[in-house]
Amino acid sequence: MPPVSTSTEATAVSGAAQALLRLEGATVRFGARAALDSVDLDVAEHEIVCVLGPSGSGKSTLLRVVAGLQELDSGRVFLDGRDQSGVAAHRRGVGLMFQDHQLFPQRDVGGNVAFGLRMHGASRAEQDVRVEDLLELVGLPGASRRTVAALSGGEQQRVALARALAPRPRLLMLDEPLGQLDRSLRERLVVELRELFTELGTTVLAVTHDQGEAFALSDRVVVMRDGRIAQSGTPLEVWQNPVDEFVARFLGFDNVVEATVGTGSADTPWGKVPVPGGTPQGDCKLLVRPAGVRLVPAREGLVCTVAARTFRGTHVAVHLQPRDAPPRLEAACALRDAPEPGAEVGVAFDAQEIVVLR
Amino acid sequence: MALPVAFFAAFFAYPVAAIVARGLKVDGAWQFGRIAEVVSQPDIRHVLWFTTWQALASTALTLLIALPAAYVFARFDFPGKQVLRAVVTVPFVLPTVVAGTAFLALLGRGGLLDEMWGVRLDTTVWAILLAHVFFNYAVVVRTVGGLWSQLDPRQEEAARVLGASRFAAWRKVTLPALAPAVAAASLMVFLFTFTSFGIVQILGGPAYSTLEVEIYRQTSQIFDLSTAAVLTLVQFAAVGAILAVHAWTVRRRETALRLVDAASTTHRPRGSGQRALLGGVLLTIAALILLPLGVLVQRSFKGPDGYGFTYFRALTSADGGAFLVPPIDAVGNSLQYALAATAIAVLVGGLAAAALTRRAGRFVRGFDALLMLPLGVSAVTVGFGFLIALDEPPLDLRASWILVPLAQALVGVPFVVRTMLPVLRAVDERLREAAAVLGASPWRVWREVDLPMVRRALLVAAGFAFAVSLGEFGATVFIARPDNPTLPVAVARLLGRAGELNYGQAMALSTILMVVCAVSLLLLERVRTVSTASTGEF
Repeated sequence: MPPVSTSTEATAVSGAAQALLRLEGATVRFGARAALDSVDLDVAEHEIVCVLGPSGSGKSTLLRVVAGLQELDSGRVFLDGRDQSGVAAHRRGVGLMFQDHQLFPQRDVGGNVAFGLRMHGASRAEQDVRVEDLLELVGLPGASRRTVAALSGGEQQRVALARALAPRPRLLMLDEPLGQLDRSLRERLVVELRELFTELGTTVLAVTHDQGEAFALSDRVVVMRDGRIAQSGTPLEVWQNPVDEFVARFLGFDNVVEATVGTGSADTPWGKVPVPGGTPQGDCKLLVRPAGVRLVPAREGLVCTVAARTFRGTHVAVHLQPRDAPPRLEAACALRDAPEPGAEVGVAFDAQEIVVLR
Repeated sequence: MALPVAFFAAFFAYPVAAIVARGLKVDGAWQFGRIAEVVSQPDIRHVLWFTTWQALASTALTLLIALPAAYVFARFDFPGKQVLRAVVTVPFVLPTVVAGTAFLALLGRGGLLDEMWGVRLDTTVWAILLAHVFFNYAVVVRTVGGLWSQLDPRQEEAARVLGASRFAAWRKVTLPALAPAVAAASLMVFLFTFTSFGIVQILGGPAYSTLEVEIYRQTSQIFDLSTAAVLTLVQFAAVGAILAVHAWTVRRRETALRLVDAASTTHRPRGSGQRALLGGVLLTIAALILLPLGVLVQRSFKGPDGYGFTYFRALTSADGGAFLVPPIDAVGNSLQYALAATAIAVLVGGLAAAALTRRAGRFVRGFDALLMLPLGVSAVTVGFGFLIALDEPPLDLRASWILVPLAQALVGVPFVVRTMLPVLRAVDERLREAAAVLGASPWRVWREVDLPMVRRALLVAAGFAFAVSLGEFGATVFIARPDNPTLPVAVARLLGRAGELNYGQAMALSTILMVVCAVSLLLLERVRTVSTASTGEF
């Protein structure tokens, strides 16, 4: 079958030119449910990509497929342009940091970090040097002889990272890397990780359900839903222009409404709302960012009652109930401008903060 | 998976099938009428009735005596607790023959009670019941106490705070959590006593006979193989039913309970009530477990002319006439057989446990239950089955020494599986995956991840298999050759002959056997105490 294989290799070679990792039509089914539904994804060398999605969206399965821990029902995985079908997990040369770290309990910190090196036949001296280097790198110098059980959650996370980095994997994958840590530690570590990966030039594929983590860590965000990729782009692109209602709501935007676009504005349950120029006419959904909901005197706009206020640190989220009972609105207000619950206000919309969804 | 299945097919299913065929096939035609015919005989009915009620009585008595001890071991902290926990486990691995002999020395003719007060309990049902309690005390203490020590006392405290009295809190919170463990322990005790052989054989006298003893009698004394086969089937059905219920309670037991570290729930006994409870439990252990063993040792040294090594010396000569060889040779035989049996049991059981860990589903659960069968399906059945099934091609092992270790391994395998399975199941699959992603091949994953975690359990399993093989009596008595007796067989044969010298030698040989078993158990206990929770249910 030479002709067939030639065409396959052609794709493989062309893929290798841009992508360290390439998934083509990757599909995994658990019974009738597709955990991965023909996913195509490229990760370039030195790129940090974060897969973002709610639990059950198939993001962990994606990592397991790349690592060789989960077989594909159809589709292919390429690493460096080479088809990985039939290549066992221990021969793929990728690193995977598990959600709950999975440190080997019967080995000390050094033994854990050295594990991958030993498996690759590194000498004792090489191992010792590299273990010390890595522990230094992750901020745990001299911790080599400590037992795993004596580590705090953050320290375990660092050891797991050092262990995954030790054999110099061509691709490092992180499964909810900071998921179990508390908030302040998480915010600090995510910055550290980003600096570290940029410095080392590591290619990273991470998955998380936390948008803050994804935006802070990655060059590119891939949002997944029900085993499919819903949107892919830089954190800024995704944040500014969510493609559909699912992505918008997943990012925490709740002002989504049905709309019929006419010329220059759209009809919605909230009345006429301005839309960006060039929006095609017809039925669609609109997202109004909270920052685009301006509070005005009651007679000058859509009349609403303030239902509740939530203090958000830098601003106050004001929940508004329009008088004629269409869906609620959320507005972002400066602290001193926020009206009291029960107050009657008017609402006007800012065209720049409105996104047309699919 | 293939090796364990083949092993069980050849050495368990095939012999059992041979028994069925032997019992129910007359002139090439199946005769199911035989079952009704045999079961309706009055003396067989009597055996069935006795087997059942003595098992029920033994179970009730064991629970009554051992449950307070389970509580004491679970909740109290006192000096020597570790040693005592090991001591109460000794009887469980002791050969039934030794237990029988010990109780004979305590309660029998010329026994301690006979000498002191003229009380004799042998040939009464009480001797049997007490010996059964002696044996199964540890089953209840370990199974129930193990869970009890890990139950969070704060649950009871929560109930107290909500207004429950101390007793109501125990009844509503602790008892329901404990019930599955109590049920599982009761079923195990019932199973062991239902199929009791050595003890009833030695202590029961002609008046009392369990199914197991009756099968042995029908085969080796009356040579009515067809009746024996029918009785085997009856016992098989009963044991199958008990195991099915047991499997069900075990699954119930796996329902999520909030468990805590056992060390955090114990405290020193407080107040006179708790001290009295502790004292009572210690006294029971002294009277029920230490006394019989002590008397056994004492009898083995007490000859006609005072204390000395008379009986031990007599073991080294063949002049006694009971054997073709000096009885002491049985020690060497036993050790060799037991080592071979342990190797087989660990290999087969280890593979089976590994296979059971990696797969799931109905087939696996069925195999899991099947593995337990030899434990309950009576050693006598196995021995009898070997005798009639493995004596002609393709499997003619009659002349081979391997026959005895094979039978003993069959009894040892369930222990190995039971010990290994929970530990192997506790190894997180993702730990194996972590190793694989770091570059470990499947074989290295096993060596680097599984083995370090199960090494301890493997040792414990091997130790149990060794002790069980060493004391195996029911099957071995059928198939051990007269010139190569094992220790338990030699003891039973010595007891079966009249004369003070034979009696003394039996005591001496039992003492040796007890010491070997106790030493191997105490070694195990050292291995095990480091991580009690992770080594299965025995």
